[in-house]
Amino acid sequence: MELSAFLFYFFALLIIGSAAIMVFSKNIVHSAFALMFTLAGLAAFYALLYAGFVAVTQLLVYVGGILVIVLFGVMLTTRGYFEKIKTRTVHLLPAALFSMAIAIILITVFLSTEWILAPLEEEVFTVQGIGELLMTDYMLPFQVVGVLLLLAIIGAVLMATRVAGEEEPPSASG
Amino acid sequence: MLAEYGYVLMFLAIGCVFTAVTLLVAGLLRPNRPSPEKLMTYECGEEPVGSAWIQYNHRFYVIALMFLVFEVEVVLLFPWATVFQDMGWYAFWAMIVFVSLIFIGFLYELGKGALQWDKPQPQIPRYVEGVGVVPHHWKPESEVADVVGQPAANVSGSTQDTATE
Amino acid sequence: MDPLIFSILVMLAVVLLFMLPSAAVAVYAERRVSAFIQNRYGPNRVGPLGLFQPFADVIKLFFKEDIIPDKANRALYILAPMIPVATAIVTVAVIPFSEFVYITDLNIGVLFLLAVASLSVYGVTLAGWASNSKYSLLGGLRSAAQMISYELPMGVALASVILFAGSLSVVDIVGSQETWWNVFRNPIACIIFIVAAFAEANRTPFDLVEAEQELVGGFHTEYSSMKFGTFFLAEYMHVVIASMLITTFFFGGYHLPFAGYWLPEMGVIAKSVLDISVFLAKTTFWAFVFIWIRWTLPRFKFNQLMRIGWSRLLPLGIINFIVIAIILYYLG
Repeated sequence: MELSAFLFYFFALLIIGSAAIMVFSKNIVHSAFALMFTLAGLAAFYALLYAGFVAVTQLLVYVGGILVIVLFGVMLTTRGYFEKIKTRTVHLLPAALFSMAIAIILITVFLSTEWILAPLEEEVFTVQGIGELLMTDYMLPFQVVGVLLLLAIIGAVLMATRVAGEEEPPSASG
Repeated sequence: MLAEYGYVLMFLAIGCVFTAVTLLVAGLLRPNRPSPEKLMTYECGEEPVGSAWIQYNHRFYVIALMFLVFEVEVVLLFPWATVFQDMGWYAFWAMIVFVSLIFIGFLYELGKGALQWDKPQPQIPRYVEGVGVVPHHWKPESEVADVVGQPAANVSGSTQDTATE
Repeated sequence: MDPLIFSILVMLAVVLLFMLPSAAVAVYAERRVSAFIQNRYGPNRVGPLGLFQPFADVIKLFFKEDIIPDKANRALYILAPMIPVATAIVTVAVIPFSEFVYITDLNIGVLFLLAVASLSVYGVTLAGWASNSKYSLLGGLRSAAQMISYELPMGVALASVILFAGSLSVVDIVGSQETWWNVFRNPIACIIFIVAAFAEANRTPFDLVEAEQELVGGFHTEYSSMKFGTFFLAEYMHVVIASMLITTFFFGGYHLPFAGYWLPEMGVIAKSVLDISVFLAKTTFWAFVFIWIRWTLPRFKFNQLMRIGWSRLLPLGIINFIVIAIILYYLG
């Protein structure tokens, strides 16, 4: 299991490094691209945990879907990537205090929790298991997700048609 | 099972290393004599006007949004598709209901024409009495104050500024 | 550690001895077939029948000056060509070549293939954006919209294939086609998948990404030298891989037609040789179809492309999925 430990640290470094680039980069498209490595690294983590389906879903939905939206959104922003973003520090003191507080809380929680260490079990048929659970124990959440997706479609359609409506040339002055 | 993902990872590594090595070797072999003309962005022989990094059609964004919603649906189809024959009628029809829900959303989207890529109204400059030829989104001065965005003349002016920088 | 190094070497061999030559052969075939279709000679000077033309091309590209435009975003400009080649090579890892010869059998193989296909959007989009050229940007954006739009019909078509196989493993899916290929059991999904595969590989009639007449070179307008060569290589690798995927999912993979009914038991070696030849023959056929269609059909307009993807293929795929599920549940 030496190798899997090595891979874990490799991907951990990849995730942290690309996340740092994402936060600190002044070019917003660089940030979006770095986010791709963060999300893909998380997928590798899931694969290391034998959660193949979750890993691939992470790739499909986050890297292949949400990140495309982010990239498009970034490129749509007026001049957002035209010039470098002016990253300057504002509200230094409150921000420092706040992040210190959060850091202390997280560390105390981390140290005081009794972590349950379970040995990794190689579960081969994850997909079938997920399929059965979705249709039995998690039926209600599953259907709620369906309704949620329907709402998302309706929302996207409304957004699309409204933006298109604004784009039409003014007729009053013509 | 971890080994199976390991193979995938190795293939990924081979792919990346292979391209990197190819590009590196090519970098050692080829000449490098840049000149301002060579390094200019291609625009059919003209001096490039402005940057290509502009706002573009919002419909790309809507496509991506719709894609995400359907992608989640497709991913949820797969686990069910592997086991549906061993399940009771209840689970079977629950999935059909789920798919139908999405399909209704899809029909709604088709009806509203959210993904219509057909040509919009042509937006051509027009002639206004006393002003001259104006862009399609031009408005008389009295109306400009109400518009949230910047007036038309200003926007094009700032684009040209950045181009000359 | 020894088996690890051994398996790495085997993989390197697969990639270097199979994927790269197949791309070179595809380039050569494209030129010769297009010449044949257009009643010309095509490349016939370099070596016998012009067979060494791809090598001459590669050598030329190696020695060409590489130009990175001033205005381009250097980091992404250099990174972008790596993505399509890497995604193409990763795809090979889960494709079974024979009953006994496959590199890995992921139990979520189908979804993995879809995920990798969705990753290849980034190469083209980032290349288009990083070039900071109007043609490149338009090409990159079109490609992104096109690839994500056709990934959905592809996903739904594959979901209906899963209904027959009951497993997400590519090896199991090919195994389930021993007697009846999926193209006979599930013809609508097959058509959808083939159309979507053409769109995902950015081939005519869906090659709006590099529509010469309007976008010069599309997303690789600004690319030169081996960076262009990498995109070129990746394009033909994707053609080969799309052919492999069509073969694997709908045309029985390595199985001969209705092999379950008549093929006698064979030894491992004989079966492997037969399987690999059958698989390669089918792949070659589909690669030929890719070329054939490119030089026969005109290109779609973008609104037509979007209409086919969203309001024809996607609903057709969903209805096909539901109907097949109901039939299998009550009759199967």
